[in-house]
Amino acid sequence: MLACTAPVIRPRTLRDALQARADRPDATVLAGGTDVMVYMEAGVLQPSAVIDLWGCHGLRGIEARGNELRIGATTTHSDLARDPRVPAVLRESALTVGAVQIQNRGTVGGNICNSSPAGDTLPVWLALDADFQLSSVRGTRRVAAADYWRGYKQTALATDELLTAIYLPEVEGEAHFRKVGTRMAQAISKVIFCGRRSHGVARLAFGAVGPVPLRVRAAEDALVAGAPVSEVVRLVREGIVPIDDVRSTRDYRARVSGNVVGRWLG
Amino acid sequence: MTRFRCNGMDVQTGAAPMSRLLDVLREDLRYTGPKEGCGEGECGACTVRIDGEPVMSCLVPVCQVEGAEVQTVEGLAQPVVHAVQSAFLQHGAAQCGICTPGFLMAAAALLDENPHPTREEARVALAGNLCRCTGYQKIVDAVVRAIAKEA
Repeated sequence: MLACTAPVIRPRTLRDALQARADRPDATVLAGGTDVMVYMEAGVLQPSAVIDLWGCHGLRGIEARGNELRIGATTTHSDLARDPRVPAVLRESALTVGAVQIQNRGTVGGNICNSSPAGDTLPVWLALDADFQLSSVRGTRRVAAADYWRGYKQTALATDELLTAIYLPEVEGEAHFRKVGTRMAQAISKVIFCGRRSHGVARLAFGAVGPVPLRVRAAEDALVAGAPVSEVVRLVREGIVPIDDVRSTRDYRARVSGNVVGRWLG
Repeated sequence: MTRFRCNGMDVQTGAAPMSRLLDVLREDLRYTGPKEGCGEGECGACTVRIDGEPVMSCLVPVCQVEGAEVQTVEGLAQPVVHAVQSAFLQHGAAQCGICTPGFLMAAAALLDENPHPTREEARVALAGNLCRCTGYQKIVDAVVRAIAKEA
């Protein structure tokens, strides 16, 4: 690796972090390093500047606020997995990210902002109707997880914004998480599924089967309307857009996506 | 300048802030216990503990350990050989040895939290460490018996 001589800005407060982001829209935002360091080592990322949020106060931690759970952006996957207030499907998904050493550094905000379609926690945010809090010196706004990913590695985040927190509403229903990969740990997923259903509500969210984490709304509507499982499965296979790549094939992903839904509902 | 504690000593480095902790440990501080296997967080050979937690030192920029306590396998043997190191010897859990420091650091962190892990718990805690000699059974044997043997 070439020595990285880029300046590293290490804000201690959110206010300083937002100012740094406004001043340096070109900067690479660093949290736990589990993606950034890999890209730098591979030579595909040569930052002109780095904003390191690891030591920034107020960004890490989980707290109940009214009917919501606020999860700070630099909360690690280990923090998430250990907290009993966090919904079981989300804790389960956090434990499939890499292995313990990765879960201890990798952050929920990093997983969201890296925006890999194969990010293990991403379909879970969709299934739980999470909101993402995006902040800048201009102010703060919330974007629903369902509106956040716009295209392959493209998001709603503006160049002067930071993802600062995720808000989880209290949601009803039975939820299910399933990751399919070559092994339990360290594998990048072939298919990720998170489903949730209760009376009048269905969420069928997937990762690694399209350019972005996605919900299959036609299948959700069919499930709510009481359609047979076979019909829901058919709509899932029709509604995802998988590709052939080094990890799997389009056909495999379509078949398995239907199967995980069918087994959950069956 | 980044200042931190390593194996109980105050240390400092003038390495660039985005330098990998792994390189600072090996090249500047001469702790060559942590090994570079893959360089991308897949193999666990570079595992060290930061404030007690096992991490991949190839993925940690050194600026992030400012003020922290870092432990490498060299520190694990201080003041005496750790129970899990004795258990590795007892059970023949090292073959070529390159993965061993990483396994020991991950195992020591597990045993601090859970002194009597099941085989399954040990496998989960060690899932981020690869042994290319495939000596996994003996490694798990050593980890689940490390504390029991000491008692």
